[in-house]
Amino acid sequence: MAKLIDVSDLNIYYGDFLAVDSVNMTIEPRAVTALIGPSGCGKSTFLRSLNRMHEVIPGARVEGKVVMDGQDLYDKDVDPVAVRQHIGMVFQRPNPFPTMSIYENVAAGVRLNAKRMKKSDMDELVESSLRGANLWNEVKDRLDKPGMGLSGGQQQRLCIARAIAIRPSVLLMDEPCSALDPISTLAVEDLIGELKNEYTIVIVTHNMQQAARVSDQTGFFNLSGVGKPGQLVEMDSTSTIFSNPSQKATEDYISGRFG
Amino acid sequence: MTTTTGKSPREVLAAVDQPLSKAALPGWTPWALLAASVLVAVAVLLPGGTSIAAVAVLTAIVHLVLTGAVSRAKEGPRKAKDRVVTALVTIAFLLAMVPLVSVVWTVVSNGAARFDATFFTWSMQGVLGEGGGGLHAIWGTILVTLIATLISVPVGLLTAVYLVEYGGKSTLARAITFLVDVMTGIPSIVAGLFVAALFVILVGPGTKLGIMGSIALSVLMIPVVVRSTEEMLKLVPNDLREAAYALGVPKWRTIIKVVLRTSISGIATGITLAVARVAGETAPLLVTVGTTVATNFNPFEGRMATLPVYAYYSYTQPGVPPQPGIDRAWTAALVLIILVMALNLAARMISRFFSPKAGR
Amino acid sequence: MSTPTQQPTRDPGPGGRGTLATGTTRKGDAVFKGTSTGAGVLILLVLAGVAAFLIGQSIPALTASPEDLPEGQTVTAYVWPLLFGTVLAAIIALLVATPIAVGIGLFISHFAPRRAAQTLGYLVDLLAAVPSIVYGIWGAVVLSAWLVPIYQWLERNAGFLPFFDGPALPSGRTMLTAGLVLAVMILPIITALSRDVFLQTPRLHEEAALALGATRWEMIRYAVIPYGRSGVVSAAMLGLGRALGETMAVALVLSGARIITFDLIGAANPLTIAANIALAFPESSGLTTNTLIASGLALFIITFLVNFAARWIVSRSGAKA
Repeated sequence: MAKLIDVSDLNIYYGDFLAVDSVNMTIEPRAVTALIGPSGCGKSTFLRSLNRMHEVIPGARVEGKVVMDGQDLYDKDVDPVAVRQHIGMVFQRPNPFPTMSIYENVAAGVRLNAKRMKKSDMDELVESSLRGANLWNEVKDRLDKPGMGLSGGQQQRLCIARAIAIRPSVLLMDEPCSALDPISTLAVEDLIGELKNEYTIVIVTHNMQQAARVSDQTGFFNLSGVGKPGQLVEMDSTSTIFSNPSQKATEDYISGRFG
Repeated sequence: MTTTTGKSPREVLAAVDQPLSKAALPGWTPWALLAASVLVAVAVLLPGGTSIAAVAVLTAIVHLVLTGAVSRAKEGPRKAKDRVVTALVTIAFLLAMVPLVSVVWTVVSNGAARFDATFFTWSMQGVLGEGGGGLHAIWGTILVTLIATLISVPVGLLTAVYLVEYGGKSTLARAITFLVDVMTGIPSIVAGLFVAALFVILVGPGTKLGIMGSIALSVLMIPVVVRSTEEMLKLVPNDLREAAYALGVPKWRTIIKVVLRTSISGIATGITLAVARVAGETAPLLVTVGTTVATNFNPFEGRMATLPVYAYYSYTQPGVPPQPGIDRAWTAALVLIILVMALNLAARMISRFFSPKAGR
Repeated sequence: MSTPTQQPTRDPGPGGRGTLATGTTRKGDAVFKGTSTGAGVLILLVLAGVAAFLIGQSIPALTASPEDLPEGQTVTAYVWPLLFGTVLAAIIALLVATPIAVGIGLFISHFAPRRAAQTLGYLVDLLAAVPSIVYGIWGAVVLSAWLVPIYQWLERNAGFLPFFDGPALPSGRTMLTAGLVLAVMILPIITALSRDVFLQTPRLHEEAALALGATRWEMIRYAVIPYGRSGVVSAAMLGLGRALGETMAVALVLSGARIITFDLIGAANPLTIAANIALAFPESSGLTTNTLIASGLALFIITFLVNFAARWIVSRSGAKA
């Protein structure tokens, strides 16, 4: 299921403003890739460009290639909606649908697309997704209760269950723990460790310890100067980035000298 | 900012440097003063014969003066001003309640006479003098309003969707927003004239049809629906749209199944209030639908009676003797008020009981 | 590419996705976007239609020679006294309603007990729910009777003013009564709008004033009112727009004529454009109809300008805040 993504010369714009400048990156399958860097350096923007969520913002556009399975996701024949069915996303703040129950939230990806599915298949899909998100045991007795009634950490895992219920190849996570307390954060981090056996995972995080704990590869983004676009400074295995980075800026950031 | 001219610095300081506890009037003072004011007003007015209105007016004046004087003597001028203003705004509120109570009381007491089974089962066909009813007008109001709603809701809803979800800051979206504002201010009689002028060209002079009334009411209703729906759609957090997009849901399905689904109770409330607003409109129906004595279920053929127009003609041309006609006018007004108030109440119920319990 | 499924247990994914290539989703999006854009454009067309038909149907009256028109006057001469009545009635309504509405707005936003405020606000909103025909009959029957003694008193004691010249009409169905009914009708909209601006006063400004030792009134005087002033002005303008176009209340209260007089309590009362249309249109034909439509066009333009000014004030103050 998991897939490799190859990014080449990707420029990301908001209108005329170049936000991220010529990124080249290979994202390995069945691994966790962490993106770190100071605020506003474009790592979230880059993440959103991987499943074409970036262009939801009016005026936003992208130049360059994002290739998955030999197919450029920005090819003009490609439907951005279909891309998002293959590359799931989890957001900074948990965002379950307020009008839906826990069950309906997990089933949302299928139901909102008006796909027909037998009740037993749907039950099975919901259960396996909730189990996959380590949430099944906590909610199995109240699947018909509103998703908004869960705690923040549970809501976030519900959102992860919702994302993996459409069986994506890749899972993007945009600071998934920044709105959570430490215990919930730990639960989500454990979950990420398990999910990488099946999915390609890309996670944006502000928390360097988190990047060190969960990721196999780490990319460091930084602004090339005030008012200039963000860029990928370096990318390597997590242990290398945190012990022996090749760039001075990376070392400064990791040792807490700025950011 | 305060007027400190003509005071020496010492005086200013003395004014600023005040002790923490000062003489204050006890909490029941306003009520005691009110009672005293009523007594004074009655005592002054009773010898010359009086009315409730006169007593109320004099009470208000005496109360203001007494409050100001007592508070000034005991608490100083600043506190006194505060108390007088409090009394003033309370009086303003009570003043506004006078017409409300009076209207409701007048309509209920006058309308009760003919608020009977006959009124709801008879039309005015072949009725002279006593008897007769407003069934034809009730049906007319229901039909005309219903068709207006069927026209306005899709147009208004879709326009709001366009403005919030698609239009962005485009020229077209700004033009529509502006014109919706303009439409909100169209006098209802002008909406009626527009439809009349339109049908003069389409059908011929002097045409009066139920559908014309519905179109005229739509012109008044659409901007209200657009505005309220727009507000509701804007309240839907963007997170939810992104969550749906990220699941690979196309935009149109996201709008229908997530955005509209989340805001449906607010939209329903807005639509109900819009219906309530146009259901009581008289002027546009007067020039487009006219009135008739029999029940007419066909909006494309012939005139139709509606409650407001029926009340208008029953009151202005009651016939001979006038009393039965005037009674019917009051009852029609009563039925109309009940209808409109019920719609308002329904709107409130919808927003209270059907909104998603989102504790974010 | 094929179905992205390598797990034997869960084949073809939920609903079996196909490739990344463009499919039916774009068609659905195009249709839905097209429909909603069409609805918006329809509104443009309707408003263009309102203007076009009113102008089109006015032209015969505007171009006809005066002898053929009602009263043997040009359209301008015909509309002028009606315009006078319209503006007079609306101004009376505005002068009466605005101070009371501001008072009620303050009462609900800052003086009434917190728990009661919402209910009290709802009571004022109920005033807006009463249909205009009901206000009309109420004004003609109840309010005018109440006002007769006051009019007589005014005639005796303030008769030197042109407004109260008299002789006071014994039925009480005068211009002032009509203006007061309009005041009641526009009260809820001005109240609701000014209440909303007062409630939006930044908490910080209010607390700053209170922390300086201001009484509640001083806090309102120096924090709430300056903040809400432009909002109140635009609320009053919107109320004025309503009052200008209100038809039935005036038509029922006044037995007016097309005259110009400042006497508010006398027997001869100027009619308004809207009321004149309501009274004359049902029985009209030919050029009379055209003349009435021309007067409606004039009303449309005036209310448009007033509403436009109100929005402009809002947007200007909005940019400043």
